[in-house]
Amino acid sequence: MATRTIVEAPVVERRKRLDETYIGEWLMTTDHKKIGVMYMLTGFFFFLAGGVEALLIRTQLAVPNGHVLSPEVYNQVFTMHGTTMIFLFVMPTLTGFGNFVVPLMIGARDMAFPRLNAFGYWMVLFAGIFLSSSFLLGQAPNGGWFNYAPLSELTSNCGNAVMCTPALNEDFWLLGILLLGISSIAGSLNFVVTILKMRAPGMTINRMPLFTWMTLITAFLLLFAIPSLTAASVLELLDRHLGAHFYQFAAGGDPLLWQHLFWSFGHPEVYILILPAFGMISEVLPVFSRKPIFGYTFIAWSGVAIGFLSFTVWAHHMFAVGLPPIAQAFFATSTTLIAIPTAVKIFNWIATIALGKVSLKVPMLFACGFIAMFLIGGLDGAALAVVPFDYQVTDTYFVVSHLHYVLFGGTVFGIFAGFYYWFPKMSGKLMNERLGQIQFWLMLIGINLTFFSMHILGLLGMPRRVYTYPDNLGWNEINLLQTVGAFMLGLAIMVFFWNLITSLRSGLPAGDDPWDAYTLEWDTSSPPVHYNFLTIPTVRSRRPFYDMKNPDIADWKTATH
Amino acid sequence: MRMPIFRRMKHRGAIIPIVLLSSLLFTACGGNSPTILNPTGPVAVQEANLFWFILAVATLVFVVVEAVLIWSIIRYRERPNTPAPRQIHGNNTIEIIWTVAPSLFLFAVLTGTIYTMFNLTNISSTNGSIPEIRVAAVGHQWWWEFDYPNQHVNNADTLYLPQGSVVHMDLQSSNVIHSFWVPSITGKTDVIPGHLNQKIFRADQVGEYHGQCAEYCGTQHAHMYFNVIVLDTNAFNAWVSNEQQSARTPTDALALQGQKIFTGSGGCTGCHGIVGVNLNSFDAAKTNSGLSATALVGPNMTHFAERRFIAGGVLIASEGHNWANEPACQLVNGKLANKDNCGLYQWLHDPQAVKPGNDMVISSLSDSQIYALIAYLQSLK
Repeated sequence: MATRTIVEAPVVERRKRLDETYIGEWLMTTDHKKIGVMYMLTGFFFFLAGGVEALLIRTQLAVPNGHVLSPEVYNQVFTMHGTTMIFLFVMPTLTGFGNFVVPLMIGARDMAFPRLNAFGYWMVLFAGIFLSSSFLLGQAPNGGWFNYAPLSELTSNCGNAVMCTPALNEDFWLLGILLLGISSIAGSLNFVVTILKMRAPGMTINRMPLFTWMTLITAFLLLFAIPSLTAASVLELLDRHLGAHFYQFAAGGDPLLWQHLFWSFGHPEVYILILPAFGMISEVLPVFSRKPIFGYTFIAWSGVAIGFLSFTVWAHHMFAVGLPPIAQAFFATSTTLIAIPTAVKIFNWIATIALGKVSLKVPMLFACGFIAMFLIGGLDGAALAVVPFDYQVTDTYFVVSHLHYVLFGGTVFGIFAGFYYWFPKMSGKLMNERLGQIQFWLMLIGINLTFFSMHILGLLGMPRRVYTYPDNLGWNEINLLQTVGAFMLGLAIMVFFWNLITSLRSGLPAGDDPWDAYTLEWDTSSPPVHYNFLTIPTVRSRRPFYDMKNPDIADWKTATH
Repeated sequence: MRMPIFRRMKHRGAIIPIVLLSSLLFTACGGNSPTILNPTGPVAVQEANLFWFILAVATLVFVVVEAVLIWSIIRYRERPNTPAPRQIHGNNTIEIIWTVAPSLFLFAVLTGTIYTMFNLTNISSTNGSIPEIRVAAVGHQWWWEFDYPNQHVNNADTLYLPQGSVVHMDLQSSNVIHSFWVPSITGKTDVIPGHLNQKIFRADQVGEYHGQCAEYCGTQHAHMYFNVIVLDTNAFNAWVSNEQQSARTPTDALALQGQKIFTGSGGCTGCHGIVGVNLNSFDAAKTNSGLSATALVGPNMTHFAERRFIAGGVLIASEGHNWANEPACQLVNGKLANKDNCGLYQWLHDPQAVKPGNDMVISSLSDSQIYALIAYLQSLK
């Protein structure tokens, strides 16, 4: 019997190139969507790190004369809490949203400079690792997030000596900040060019979605603010290592130079941290109220006004340094002015909800929470512009309360509104509504327990940045309450990550347009294909996707823009 | 989507005010607090009045805006069969109204701010015999030095002031930035190397007040307290004339032995001065010439025993006592009955354990040496 042997042709095995493997695809990507997701994951990782630092602070302060952390470690932890939350959580996360969402929103296929975009991301990651690695040496930065000279030029054991050899702590901070500055400049340039040059046909500046508007303003703020921080940091490095003395009074320098340079970055920075969140909730509110944003032009241009004014208010962080009264009056006035466009935004958001058909899905809950909490932070801000009152409460827990209402009640609520809103687009899955609601209510109660009582603590005279406090000054109960609130916030964040992981593994399929939304990113598949759009859409109004879905009552037929 | 947990939005409306009110109740706990809301001088009074003004304005805005927000959410909540809402894009009249309205509020506040700011230090004396007094407050890491250049008095950790006098305070630092703050009497001014900041204020009521450094200044920023003792004219003059005396040579044998340790083996005179022992005037006790290498860096000890605070308030004698008559530090037959309860003993035994990172480094002393030093320090009245 004849047998036939089938000889298999030898398969030509080619090893996959690195960029064809799953890991390599992420490591080597220049796709704005993948980079955006990596930015966000990195941001969330550092959110956890900064959160652990916050809980360490609250544990140390839970009771008077606490002994959980030594004074030196406490000072490192509070410095890194501020630095991590601002530079390694909020900024990368907001850049991540911008990366993922903006090109889709404006109907582009990618950012203008994809490789520069990837470079910006990797700089953030390495700078973050570099900054955090200081803990391994026990020499984390300990000068506070605003790092005032001349304290930041000394080591803690220098005592009254005017000059001495500095330890590494602040070098980590300064070099880390320089690296992050490079990343921010790269990212901002990319956003400016992308938004100005790569919009879909018909999308005029006045038809751009408001998140794109706010991202554009933020990018300009970064371009003009970061150089000041870079200059300040370089001068301090020169002081520390090459014997310069820009901030040393004894050698002819001036400690206040640091403060002017730092805050002329630092106040625009505050708006860099909040404007993208303004943009996100300006996207969420209309979709869940089923009507367009109220007063689009006013929201957009009040953002521009805030951008310009933010460069004129820096010395309101310095009312106690002894500036001449006329200068203080100027900065009180500019700070008062900047409150007006902010108020206009809040009124327009509420008017967007009013007369609508409000669906309280989780993104909308967070957006409403944002308005409610940011209002408190904004009113505190107006109060802090009252210079003589500021003399009393600056550098107390009153300010800690104010900045957390703005950054936690504001920016973090905005980030969660945006994340719950765009997660279906990024992953193709829905997040769990019920877990989202639990997280929202825990956060709303936790933030008020923790931070509202800080107002009172400030009025009762407790300074900020103290590692402990005596038991006879009436501060004990409020501090304990804040620690309870802080752990509640920690629990809420755990619920979020649980929701995130379970939804990624087994969330319900989202479909391309789960919210019946208005903007172009929902006119793609979920998650979007690599090239985003098969054909680039043509835009005729501010709500192009609404127009496509409702051709009879399209905005371009009924509205005048 | 499944049913939301909070079906009725009343809960949302209730929770926020409840949380806010319950926090407010905690103000009741602040009995001993150095609160800014219990001012006892014209500067702090004006600052507190502005607080009540801005609180009233902010509360009004807060209540109205939050009420409209919550009402809108509840009123326009999606219900079954709600028709699609009218697609409203905006309204310019409304925009103008709500741009102008907050501007009016804000500029009313701004007017009050600027008016108060320019008049804050426009105060006159209510004390006929001491209309004004000049004091230099020097910020150290981490304690305060108070120098009275006209009286030739130099003291640490406690600021004595005559009631009703206008205080002209020079703020000096030769190390890092500190901030001078007495919540009941005056708000903060930073103490910056190379900047000649000045504070003008008046203390109106006799009593003891809490003060502290308010700018982060390093490891022990938390322990940079001081107290302010406001005295009537006679008591203040009596205090000054006592402060101007050189230290008395002790008569007690143990205290004499302590003086020998102070000037000799203890090495204390490397940093500390006592007028009549290793200094010949109070001007020599000033550390604010701290840039010269020979200046002393520690507090002047000439009248140590009358102090209640030491080392930036990290150790405080019990209420109504000073370190001379502090019950826990009374020597019986040259010994302390319970040495660990005595703050002076703890400090001389191991200052780094009491206040880690501070400048006081001493070679370890035996208990009998410490007892002798305590006896000596307690004689410095």
